[in-house]
Amino acid sequence: MSVDIATVKRVARLARIAVSEEEANRMTGELNGILGFVEQLSEVNVEGVEPMTSVTPMEMRKREDVVNDGNKADDIVANAPASDRNFFQVPKVVE
Amino acid sequence: MTDLTRLTIAEAREKLSAGEIKAVELTDAYLSAIEAANPAINAYVAVTPEKAREMAKASDDRIAAGRAGSLEGIPLGIKDLFATEGVHTQAASHILDGFKPRYESTVTQNLWNDGAVMLGKLNMDEFAMGSSNETSYYGAVKNPWRAKGSNADLVPGGSSGGSAAAVAAFLCAGATATDTGGSIRQPAAFTGTVGIKPTYGRCSRWGVVAFASSLDQAGPIARDVRDAAILLKSMASVDAKDTTSVDLPVPDYEASLGQSLKGMRIGIPREYRVDGMPEEIEALWQQGIAWLKDAGADVIDISLPHTKYALPAYYIVAPAEASSNLARYDGVRYGLRVDGKDIIDMYEKTRAAGFGTEVKRRIMIGTYVLSAGYYDAYYLQAQKVRTLIKRDFELAFNAGVDAILTPATPSSAFGIADEDLASDPVKMYLNDIFTVTVNMAGLPGLSVPAGLDHKGLPLGLQLIGKPFEEETLFKTAHVIEKAAGRFSPTKWW
Repeated sequence: MSVDIATVKRVARLARIAVSEEEANRMTGELNGILGFVEQLSEVNVEGVEPMTSVTPMEMRKREDVVNDGNKADDIVANAPASDRNFFQVPKVVE
Repeated sequence: MTDLTRLTIAEAREKLSAGEIKAVELTDAYLSAIEAANPAINAYVAVTPEKAREMAKASDDRIAAGRAGSLEGIPLGIKDLFATEGVHTQAASHILDGFKPRYESTVTQNLWNDGAVMLGKLNMDEFAMGSSNETSYYGAVKNPWRAKGSNADLVPGGSSGGSAAAVAAFLCAGATATDTGGSIRQPAAFTGTVGIKPTYGRCSRWGVVAFASSLDQAGPIARDVRDAAILLKSMASVDAKDTTSVDLPVPDYEASLGQSLKGMRIGIPREYRVDGMPEEIEALWQQGIAWLKDAGADVIDISLPHTKYALPAYYIVAPAEASSNLARYDGVRYGLRVDGKDIIDMYEKTRAAGFGTEVKRRIMIGTYVLSAGYYDAYYLQAQKVRTLIKRDFELAFNAGVDAILTPATPSSAFGIADEDLASDPVKMYLNDIFTVTVNMAGLPGLSVPAGLDHKGLPLGLQLIGKPFEEETLFKTAHVIEKAAGRFSPTKWW
C-alpha cells in the first residue's frame, strides 16, 4: 500500500498538524518508504495467532475506590499558556 | 588530589561512608566538569547547581547522622524525559517549552529517597524518537569518543544520547535513561558504557513522558556493571500510580556479581547474523562466546525465526501508540501555544511549530495505520507478529536457555549529520535491529562494552534474559566485563 499527497494531507488534518505543500510532498515520499518497509509483515502467517495485548501475563490491579488526591487546581493550570481563575483559556469555540 | 569524577558509584559510596570525601566536594567536582565540558559535548539541557549543592549538603548531614541511603551523595544526571518537580522537563522538544512539572516521577523519587543528588537534565532525541540524538530541539550531543587520529564528531547514539555521553565523559556518576526500541542499549554500546533495559513493568512509568506505552521502560546507564546494578535496585519498584508496574520484590542485583556461570546455557540466535554486518562485529560476538565458555557456560545455537519482522512490526506499534500519546500536546494545558484564527487552527499551528521532523513523521505513520480501513492490515497484523516474536523467545527459554548473547548494534558510532542516514529514515531505524526484539517481547536486555573496533571505537554485546531475571544478566555481563576490561575515551573537550 502507498499513500498519495491527498492522503498525507488528510492524515495531517487528522493528526492536527499544519503542513505546507512542500512538507506534504516530502512526507509522501518518506511515509511510502516506511510503509514499503513494513509491507513485509503481510508475508507472515498469523493464522490463529492472538494479537498481543500485554507483554507479561498480568491482571490489571485496580485502585481503591477512594479519594486520595485532588485540591490542586493551581498546580494543574500552573503550566498553561493561558489561564484565568483556574480555567484553561482557549480561543472561542461557540458563538 | 585524585579527580573525584573518576570514581565509580561503588568507589564513591565507600569513600563517602568512610568520611574520606564529602558529598558536597563530589558534587562540586561534577559541576565544574559539566561547566567545562558541556559547551563541547552538549549532554545537559539544564544544569541545576543550587539544587545539587543543597541535596549534597543534606547527604553530608545524613551521612554524619548515620542515616545514609544506598545512593547517598551520588551525583546523577536525569534524562529530560523524567518529570522532576520545578525543573526543566521537556523531552528535548520545543512543544514543551517552559514546562516545569509540579510533581516528581516515581523513578527519580526513588533515587532521591535513597540519597542521590541531581546534577541536571540530560539531552535526548525529541520524545525519545531517534537513534543518534540528532532530533533534539537542543541540538545534537557529541560522543566523547572519536576515531583514532580523527577530529570528526560522532553521535553518541539515541535516544538516551545525553545520558550515555555524560556517563562516558565523567559528567555524572550514572544516569537515568529509557528504552523503547534500543534507546538505552544502543547509546551505551556507542559510548563504552553499561546500559540495562529491565523487564517491562520492573520500573514505574509514572512521570515518564510517554512515547509508546507498551514498550517504554526506564533503566540506568553506568560506567560498569556493578554501578548499573546499584542504580537499577533503587529505580525499580511497584507503584500504585502505574498499574503495569509489577509487584515482585526487587532483588539485590549487586549480590549476583561474581556468581559462577557453570552449567548456564547461553543461546546464540542465528538470525542475528545479518547481511552486511562488519566482520569485527562477528569477531566480537565470537570473542564473547569464548569468554562465556571459559567461565563454564554451555553455548548452544538457537533460532528465533521471527527476528526480521520485529523492526517492521515496531514501526507500526510504536508510532501508533505515539500518535495517541502525543495527542495531548495541543497548546492548552502546557508548553507552546501558537495562536490561530480558531481553536483547530491553533492546534494545527502549535503542533506544526512544536514538533520536529522525526516526531511529525511518526505521528503521521501512527495516525495513518490506526485510521479507518487500515487498522486490521497494519496494527492488528503487527500485534499478531509481536505474539510470534515473543513466542520465539519463550520456546528458546523453555528449551533450557538461560540467557541469549547477541551483538548490541550492527556498527560502532557513526558521524553527526551522516548524509546517507539523514536521507533515508529506514536506514536510521536499522540501528535498532538487535535491540528492538527485546522491547517487543517485554524482556530484559543489557549492553556491556566488549572491545574496540579498528577505528578505536567501542562496541557492545547484548545479553537478553527471561522476564524479571535481571540478576542473570548482571552476573553474565560481569564476566564479560572482567574479560574485556573497561573503556574510556581520550579527553578532547
